[in-house]
Amino acid sequence: MPNAAPGSLVAFADAPPAPLAPWAPGRLAGLFRRDPPAAVAAITLAVIALAALLAPWLTPYDPTQPLDMAAGAQPPSAAHWLGTDLASRDLLSRLLFGARVSLGISVVAVAVATIVGTAWGAVAGYAGGWIDRVLMHVVDAGLAIPRILLLLGIVALWGTLSTTSLVLLLGLTGWFGASRLVRAEVRATRERDFAIAARASGASPSRVLVRHVLPHAMTPMLVAATLGVGQVVIVEAGLAFLGYGVAPPAASWGGLIGDGRDALGTAWWISVFPGIALSATILAINVLGDRLRAALGAHQLHAP
Amino acid sequence: MARSCPVPYLGPHMAIIVLKRLAQGLLIVWLTTTLTFFLIHAAPGEPFSGFLDDPRATAEMRDAYRGRYGLDRPVLVQYGRFLASVAAGNLGESFFYRRPVAAVLADTVPRTLLLMGTALVLGFTAGILLGTLQGSRAGGWFDRLSGGVAVLVASLPDFWLAMLVLLFFAGVWPVQGFSDPTLGSTAPFATRALSVVRHLVLPAGTLALLITATVSRYQRAALIDVLPNAWMRTARAKGVARRGLMFRHALRNALLPAITLGGLAIPALLGGAVFIEVTFAWPGMGSLAVQAVGDRDYPLVLAIVLLSSAFVIVGAVAADLAHAAADPRQRHA
Repeated sequence: MPNAAPGSLVAFADAPPAPLAPWAPGRLAGLFRRDPPAAVAAITLAVIALAALLAPWLTPYDPTQPLDMAAGAQPPSAAHWLGTDLASRDLLSRLLFGARVSLGISVVAVAVATIVGTAWGAVAGYAGGWIDRVLMHVVDAGLAIPRILLLLGIVALWGTLSTTSLVLLLGLTGWFGASRLVRAEVRATRERDFAIAARASGASPSRVLVRHVLPHAMTPMLVAATLGVGQVVIVEAGLAFLGYGVAPPAASWGGLIGDGRDALGTAWWISVFPGIALSATILAINVLGDRLRAALGAHQLHAP
Repeated sequence: MARSCPVPYLGPHMAIIVLKRLAQGLLIVWLTTTLTFFLIHAAPGEPFSGFLDDPRATAEMRDAYRGRYGLDRPVLVQYGRFLASVAAGNLGESFFYRRPVAAVLADTVPRTLLLMGTALVLGFTAGILLGTLQGSRAGGWFDRLSGGVAVLVASLPDFWLAMLVLLFFAGVWPVQGFSDPTLGSTAPFATRALSVVRHLVLPAGTLALLITATVSRYQRAALIDVLPNAWMRTARAKGVARRGLMFRHALRNALLPAITLGGLAIPALLGGAVFIEVTFAWPGMGSLAVQAVGDRDYPLVLAIVLLSSAFVIVGAVAADLAHAAADPRQRHA
């Protein structure tokens, strides 16, 4: 993240003295002391992320290997804490590996969306004029299609996608909101004194944009990206729920919920445990995002 | 602050703005439909693949089918024909239903509008009431308790909440379909209508719950922003009763974010309606969309995209109008 270098023209900023950077460890620790819900959310997320990372070492069973086809779906027991699914696979193992799929896909997709959205919005906001109008029309068109419908159309028509294409697809359909946000920030910042000063001292437009204007969009972008991960987790889960997720036998949480959809009355655990994991993750992300927004003072950030 | 006529006259300025927005909207609808058209045609495979792969189908039969729907033409020619036919008001014929797309949509779209309309009205009313209650006593026990529940509900993925509702209400209340299939068309109208309402309760309630959770959070924040203003103190000082203070002075100003949200929520709502409809087997546009992409029913997919993006535009313009109705400054801006 390109923060202002010491001694750069940012020192002339007409804003109040910049507080500690949002990613400074001391600031985060203080935030959690003052704000227990944020701390709980962060710890929940850390535990889930760790579980996803360590899944191969934590799982007692192979998540893709049917254990005893004749037994069918077994309720939770000492051997299988969360029971087994309809194909007689250990649900806890599938849940842990599902965390890798759900979170991995979403984090990378949001990174893609943030990069594309930042570039698009920065160019539109900095250039202004007809370039801005054309670029923003594209964004409006993108926002006018219900995202899930667009994704559903692409995924269903193109058949089962590789994980890479799914990530790209989720990223490339998710940057419209981010670009609006960055554009608004850039337009608000480009005429401030330090940006004018940088231009006056001969910096090229791209240098002014990247070194002086964009860093000011970083805080709202951080919050938006945090909340964006939650949204992508939901979207991916929705696609998987409808049967358009990663290739089986791997499955994200949404895929696991979808697996148990038709057996809800007889084997509730197949859907309920992944559903709880999914909801807890989203809740934690939303709480953390909201608290970050409040703490970092990104008030300008409203609806997408 | 005199009460004007019930429907405020918004003036010629707003009319121009609305017309401009609708023209831009038309451009956007064209862009989205074009994008979808080329995405569909770039996808591998073709419609009727099940039928055309049938070993009994002869080469002539395949060609006849492709010819009948113009699929043997170059993509650009097909695109030109599609545009011309849409411009003439003809959405084409559904591959799957073998009926005009417009007729298929005429069956399903009203059901989605019924579901979404009910959910929107319920959700916004409840959300604005709840948010106002929370905001007027911010930090109190009710605010904290209901605020926590709202954050929790807003974090539940729509299909997951729908499944929970399904799990709890299955066997107690109708959870699948649009009306009781055992009721023939001979049943009295009131009976059939009652059956539809009973089937509507859970899907619309689920969607409304999600809307309430989101709207209340915005409404609460907006009210908290409004309350400390000097003109609120002035109104209180000149003796406006508490109720008038809340409704005429605070709420009217605090409604703006909720209205904007309402306009922006249409795409998300349409998306959410897809899952609600699929889970509750509600035979609306969402279920139809899932089925149409599965069947590669090109004309139907295109028509659904066209209609959804038109809904989105109309929603945005309606939000602008409602904004102007609530905030006189907008009418001359």
